[in-house]
Amino acid sequence: MTAFLEIENLSASLKRQRVRMLRSVSLSVAAGEVHGLVGESGAGKSMIGKAVLGILPAALAIDEGEIRLDGEDLLAMRPADRRRAIGAKAALIPQDPLTALNPSHCIGPQITGRLVDILGWDKRKADMRARELLAEVNIDDPDRVMASYPFELSGGMRQRVLIASAFAANPKLIVADEPTTALDVTVQKQILKLIREMQARHGTAMLFVTHDLGVVSKICQRLSVLYAGKVLEQATIAEFFADPKHAYSRALLAATPKYTDPGSSLVPVDSSVTDLVAAEIEAVDEGWRLAR
Amino acid sequence: MNLVRIIIVRLATTIVTLLGAAVIVFFVIRVVPGNPIAMMLPPGATDADIARLTALYGLDKSIPEQFVIWLTRALQGDFGTSISLRQPVMPLVLGRLPATLELSIFALVLAVMIGGTMALTGTRFRGTRTEAGIDVANGVGLSIPDFLWALVLILLFGVLVPVFYVSGRISPSLDLPFVTQFYVFESLVRLRFDLWWDLLKHMFMPALALAIPLAAIIGQLLKQSLKETMHLDYVVLARTKGYGENHVILFEALRNAVLPTLTLVGVQFTFLIGGTVIIERLFSYEGLGNMAIDAVINRDLPLIQGIVIVFALLFTVINLVVDMTYAFLNPRLRHA
Amino acid sequence: MLEGRALTVRRSTPRLWLSASWLALISLAAIFAPLVAPHDPLAQDLFAARLPPAWAEGADPAYLLGTDSLGRDVLTRIIFGARIALTVALVAGLATAIIGSTLGLLAGYLRGWVDLVISRIVDIWLAFPPVLFAILLIAVLGTGLSSIIIAIIVIDWTRFCRVVRAEALNQSAMDYVTSAKVAGRTRLSTMWREIGPNVLPTICVLLTIEMGIAVIVEAILSFVNLSISTDAPTWGGMIAEGRTSIHQAWWVLVFPLIVLFLTVLSFSQLGEGLKDRFDPVLR
Repeated sequence: MTAFLEIENLSASLKRQRVRMLRSVSLSVAAGEVHGLVGESGAGKSMIGKAVLGILPAALAIDEGEIRLDGEDLLAMRPADRRRAIGAKAALIPQDPLTALNPSHCIGPQITGRLVDILGWDKRKADMRARELLAEVNIDDPDRVMASYPFELSGGMRQRVLIASAFAANPKLIVADEPTTALDVTVQKQILKLIREMQARHGTAMLFVTHDLGVVSKICQRLSVLYAGKVLEQATIAEFFADPKHAYSRALLAATPKYTDPGSSLVPVDSSVTDLVAAEIEAVDEGWRLAR
Repeated sequence: MNLVRIIIVRLATTIVTLLGAAVIVFFVIRVVPGNPIAMMLPPGATDADIARLTALYGLDKSIPEQFVIWLTRALQGDFGTSISLRQPVMPLVLGRLPATLELSIFALVLAVMIGGTMALTGTRFRGTRTEAGIDVANGVGLSIPDFLWALVLILLFGVLVPVFYVSGRISPSLDLPFVTQFYVFESLVRLRFDLWWDLLKHMFMPALALAIPLAAIIGQLLKQSLKETMHLDYVVLARTKGYGENHVILFEALRNAVLPTLTLVGVQFTFLIGGTVIIERLFSYEGLGNMAIDAVINRDLPLIQGIVIVFALLFTVINLVVDMTYAFLNPRLRHA
Repeated sequence: MLEGRALTVRRSTPRLWLSASWLALISLAAIFAPLVAPHDPLAQDLFAARLPPAWAEGADPAYLLGTDSLGRDVLTRIIFGARIALTVALVAGLATAIIGSTLGLLAGYLRGWVDLVISRIVDIWLAFPPVLFAILLIAVLGTGLSSIIIAIIVIDWTRFCRVVRAEALNQSAMDYVTSAKVAGRTRLSTMWREIGPNVLPTICVLLTIEMGIAVIVEAILSFVNLSISTDAPTWGGMIAEGRTSIHQAWWVLVFPLIVLFLTVLSFSQLGEGLKDRFDPVLR
């Protein structure tokens, strides 16, 4: 099995407060596989995606671990090389399409920028590619959209543009950071379907960050359940929904009334379970603190 | 709000403001003590002479009457005759305006360059000692007004290391081929770089003194809004595309961060021009402000009026231009 | 969050402390001027003209910071100059604050035509170059301490008016004002009792900044010879004289300039420091 993304023992913490945010996270995503990262807000699921793409907030530092993208260890690279490697091989589908497009540039350059500036494509070839991709994400009038400013497009349109942009350079890995959370429920289903189609057609590995187990059941092959920056359980979708191993996973599933229904969000998990997990984590952290 | 409506509203308020300014100046200077006519006549002039001249300048009529006459003429571009210089006010004012405009624009360019560099450097090295140093520099620059900076500069570059001239606009020994009053501009057009350099050496210190407080404001405000912009989703997304820090700051964040700074720079630019009055005096620079102080000292009512109206016009036009630029830079307004 | 707060306090404390001490020093010098000044500020001695500061060659140790072209002691004139500068700062600053803030409160709280009229007048004021306006007013009012103070009030009330108006607009939208209205207070009473105290910190910050500006305006007017009398010891007047003899006697310009610089900087930094203190959310 060739894994495009391998994360090994990744730990991160807040620099000043020395609070651990990620605790020895390990996971791997194979070509064409969609790996779900599930957890409540603050569980660190987005942070894993950000660490992979090199966009962790400045207040956070990676303490240890490896992130291998296509076999290369990103954390061992020089920052400029790392940036280029990520730009060439990975892409992000962001959460909020309303804020993820630069309001003062047209759509066209926002899709082709990476191709022309980073990968050195010919401008005309890049434009053609952008048109192709916009057609692929079911935008009828690619030329008009490319000449538009973001504010002239609806939220759903913008998310399509962002998906097209993410696939522009044929990335080996895409991080989708709650790509449907900010959208209307009606649009959500279409966008989710579109992401799945695009991912299948391009055979891209995907890290799918969400708090919605319903969405996970529809799009992912494997998943990791996170709590307080720690992976509690990793399983295939079939295994997980049939027989969740960890107590917290069971509580999560129980807290989702109809997990097969996308759009239903999690209600807070029963506190007796979380207390148990927290105690477990506290014990690990104690060791971490003693080690410094 | 679309562009046309913004323009109409701005124009309307501009007219009200100008009219108000005209009324206030007109009435304030009519209460100036001292008879300007008596001051301009040689000692030994008879009362009849004074009366004749007073009538000539229209000063024998009631103040409201004088205002109506003045306004009607002013609307036709006739601002009367200067009492102390005995020439029509309009050509006098227009003859000095270019000097002040060149100084102000040079100062603005300096301020934008210095402030912009401060903001960009501070953003590039945010969270480091470099940023802390820039913050301190901005704080001091902001606290000290142009008048004091001018004196500090005179001491530094006029006395201690005399590399710039401390007075005048151009060296009096030079032959001037100029047909307009825009010396800096014309010397460039004529490719007379010797004259241009001489002009710059005269202009540098007054311009820098005017520029420092504005540069500090630009530096502070632009840095703040750049730093906020750097956290926005589209900037973060650009990073994942492989762009480096410099590209992200210059091409993704800067344009959006400039908008809030721009309106403020407009108002501040009018303050800068206001500052030329004393700065020109300090550097004996032959501009409008220097002429204004002479006019006040000589009780030259028509000239004071003319100058103040020209300043007020300039200020309101600048605010108008800033509003337009703001609208133009904002695609939402441009395409609406 | 906690850490960030601690950081700003640590950073702003020396700033507050330093500027307050300088201002205290200047104030003491002003109050006890006749006691601490070594000479008579007006006494001329042409035989002791343009003596350099005490540590330079050819100096007379009796004149610590040297003498000007009329043989008057620079240090003494700086000390007596502080009296004029601080009187102007205090009186003009306070009066400007009271008048400007009241108008701003009225405009921001009552809104409607009151706001319209006041805002239009502020716009008109912004169309004048302030220094030219000040000189014009002095020409009308005649020179003298009270003229300077009046001129500063007339020019600078808009600074308070603009800020306080905006603040009052914000505050009057808040719940506590509505509840005061519901409780049956009159409009004016609500304005003074509910909004006034909440804009007071802002006014205090502006006031310190305004005092610095007043010192500068006084110096500028003295510089163009329109302040008090040419004889009176003002910092601006000393600077004007020093400017003309800069190549022969640098000390006549440098020392008053340093004092003026530090005083203006202190007022402004005091204001900034107070802003941090009053408004922990802002930073």
